[in-house]
Amino acid sequence: MRRGKIAWVWLLGITLPCLLMMGCGKRVTRVEAGDQTQVYHRGNGADPSDLDPQLITGDIEHHIVSSLLEGLVAEDPKDLHPVPGVAERWEISEDGKTYTFYLRKNARWSNGDAVTADDFYKSYQRILSPGLGSEYNYMLFVVENAEEFNTEKVKDFKQVGFQVIDPYTFQVKLKNSTPYFLSLITHPSWYPVHMPTILKFGKMDERGTRWTRPGNFVGNGAFRLSEWKVNNVLVVTNSPTYWDAKVVRLKEIRFYPTDNQDAEERSFRAGQLHSTYEVPLTKIEVYKKQYPDLIHIDPLLSTYFYRVNVKKPPMDNLKLRKALAMAIDRELIVEKIRRGGELPAYNLTPPGTAGYTARAQIKKDFAGAKKLLAEAGYPDGKGCPPIEILINTHEAHKTIAEAIQSMWKENLGLEVTIANQEWKVYLDTQKRIDYQVCRAGWSGDYVDPNSFLDLFLTGGGNNETGWSNKEYDNLIAEAGRTGDQQKRMEVFQKAEAILMDELPIIPIYFYTRPVLRQPSLKGYYPNILDLHPFKWVYLESTPGKKE
Amino acid sequence: MLRYIAKRLLGMIPVLLIISSLTFFMIHKAPGGPFSKDKQVSPEVLKNIEKHYWLDRPIPVQYLHYMGNVLKGDLGPSFKYPSRTVNELIADSFPVSLELGCYALLFAMFVGVILGSLASLRPNTIFDYAPMSLSMIGICAPTFVIGPILVLVFGNYFKWFNTGGWDSARDKVLPVITLGLYYCAYIARLSRGGMLEIMNQDFIRTARAKGASTFRVIVLHAMRGGVLPVVSFLGPAAAGIITGSFVVEKIFRIPGLGRFFVESAFGRDYTMMMGTVLFYAFFVILFNLVVDVVQTWLNPKITIDS
Repeated sequence: MRRGKIAWVWLLGITLPCLLMMGCGKRVTRVEAGDQTQVYHRGNGADPSDLDPQLITGDIEHHIVSSLLEGLVAEDPKDLHPVPGVAERWEISEDGKTYTFYLRKNARWSNGDAVTADDFYKSYQRILSPGLGSEYNYMLFVVENAEEFNTEKVKDFKQVGFQVIDPYTFQVKLKNSTPYFLSLITHPSWYPVHMPTILKFGKMDERGTRWTRPGNFVGNGAFRLSEWKVNNVLVVTNSPTYWDAKVVRLKEIRFYPTDNQDAEERSFRAGQLHSTYEVPLTKIEVYKKQYPDLIHIDPLLSTYFYRVNVKKPPMDNLKLRKALAMAIDRELIVEKIRRGGELPAYNLTPPGTAGYTARAQIKKDFAGAKKLLAEAGYPDGKGCPPIEILINTHEAHKTIAEAIQSMWKENLGLEVTIANQEWKVYLDTQKRIDYQVCRAGWSGDYVDPNSFLDLFLTGGGNNETGWSNKEYDNLIAEAGRTGDQQKRMEVFQKAEAILMDELPIIPIYFYTRPVLRQPSLKGYYPNILDLHPFKWVYLESTPGKKE
Repeated sequence: MLRYIAKRLLGMIPVLLIISSLTFFMIHKAPGGPFSKDKQVSPEVLKNIEKHYWLDRPIPVQYLHYMGNVLKGDLGPSFKYPSRTVNELIADSFPVSLELGCYALLFAMFVGVILGSLASLRPNTIFDYAPMSLSMIGICAPTFVIGPILVLVFGNYFKWFNTGGWDSARDKVLPVITLGLYYCAYIARLSRGGMLEIMNQDFIRTARAKGASTFRVIVLHAMRGGVLPVVSFLGPAAAGIITGSFVVEKIFRIPGLGRFFVESAFGRDYTMMMGTVLFYAFFVILFNLVVDVVQTWLNPKITIDS
């Protein structure tokens, strides 16, 4: 009898929760519901730190802010070429140094105020104020006296090359003719900010005030900030005051911070996200085989490379550096290790950047590398002190470093060790140039070879290799002065040839961005800056499609 | 009793002081700062940012400044979230961790005590082995294994629950189970042991002899004594559950305090890190005090003096 009772209790204990769960049954997923109501659920990488366009630094914040604000010029969703934004048209002077923007009269802030030339003027005064400490203020340094004002060599902002001609005409005078200027000003550092709102919550150049909070934020973009819960979700809804509101089809974008790739992929699979920020490396092949319509390998303006400390023996030996660069099988790395459609890199600037593809290329030549190594004084690697590759702690970097370690051992007979450091420690070591070989990556801020090549100017903050070459510095400066795009590209060719000849860096591959996207996400085009003007994005579910 | 509590509360002050000082000097000693990035910030800009956050002063000055603010209840602005203060971030995220922790603890206690008691009724039979083996798995398998498995089965395959977030009940079920499972398993084993001991006592036999039903014997007579080991385990369990939810918060995208605790250290968000360390230290010390007091109250054999 008692045994029977116990069995009953067991049976109930197991079946009740099951029945309870069955009650939950099949249901409409968030994606399916979003497709019907034009609510885009987007995996957006890590949590955004702030929404002040003049203080943000990452692409995570960039994506959000680009929905809330609009600059003088906007991007075409397909190839990002400059299209009218707040400015409905513009004129460029003969010498290419003066840009006159004619602002549209129906551009409005989300509180109803008109967007005027004065708003842009004050915004640029704010970002260039030394007190604000904007990390991207150098994006404005192409403008006359902008850098001088920021470094307090010029005290009066009136001397900076910005001028309000009338409320709807704004003029910018540049130091040199800058052929990529219109692309440059689509960057968030060039977005206008609503000064009365900023002043309501603090001083003009005060960091971290509450003006970027929901309820306070006033923007001029296609969407408005309606909710921001840290580590949970950030919601923007379409703005009725936006001048082009009629083309905006999305009602709402929900940005989910998902810094865990695997968790993000599971959410996508459960129909909770329309698109992911990344795809776990291990899942790429599976998706390619089983769900080729969901995985997209987008190109990216970004290079993976190793920095080399050219000041410290043995890496100060150019022949050794050349041998190392030639003895890497990059195809093997992208095909067998990365498997995300990356391109092997034999130079620094990604091919096709603003029509530029470097002619100077490192050769893959194991025998040649061996010969060079002997000429460097280390026949078959004998006598060469062990080389240490520094990486920041990450499985992907470790795998690549291990592959290169074995390539250098096998092809050159060199002893190679790998040291890994936690992210901030690694950054510190790299900054102090206290390494031999160090893993690095670089993404262009704008589509121009300059965004890559000016890294290695003598003493540049991001040089971090100790490398210096007068001729190279002069060529980069010359490119900055040259208005003729074709001549300019030739100058870059010469500069990159020097870089690839002296090798303070060893390029490894050009990044791609593998992402997962539901087929219902439309108006969303892959491009190298990974920018997707949300005003053109919409959702349209394909009938009969299963998840 | 009140004197004892007051004494313990006063004792917190030097402990918190030592913890905060150690943390402060250790994080400032760690290489890399809150504003070191892979894209270098220009020296002029860095100088301005550091000035804004008082980072350009000597460390002892920074320490006194910080501690002065802490005494006023101000934990400073977060470096990672410039427009938010540490106080705000803790106030927003701790309730989430607390809610998650409470549910997990309730789940662990409820299921754990039931499983343990049932197992103790038929020791060394399948009714004992099955739940005890399961609980062994619960103890051994780490949350970062259990969590994704639960998501795959109940989130991806059956689609009963959401795979992440913290808004609806559907969001909350899987993280609560994941976080509570280890404690549930532990409690099951503890209550099985406790119950087995109690069930052999004379008063249980008396109750049975008087014709009380099994249900009555267990719930009214045995349970009270049987769960005593569980009660003493609850103190550390509660502190562990509420402060140790980092992994679960990450797997399930939960906006709790656990993430700040870990991520502020990686990001060298000095103020956020100090804030979370102080907060957790305070919380754990307070919880230990509460457990000590409750135990004295529950078990007359323990006195405050001992």
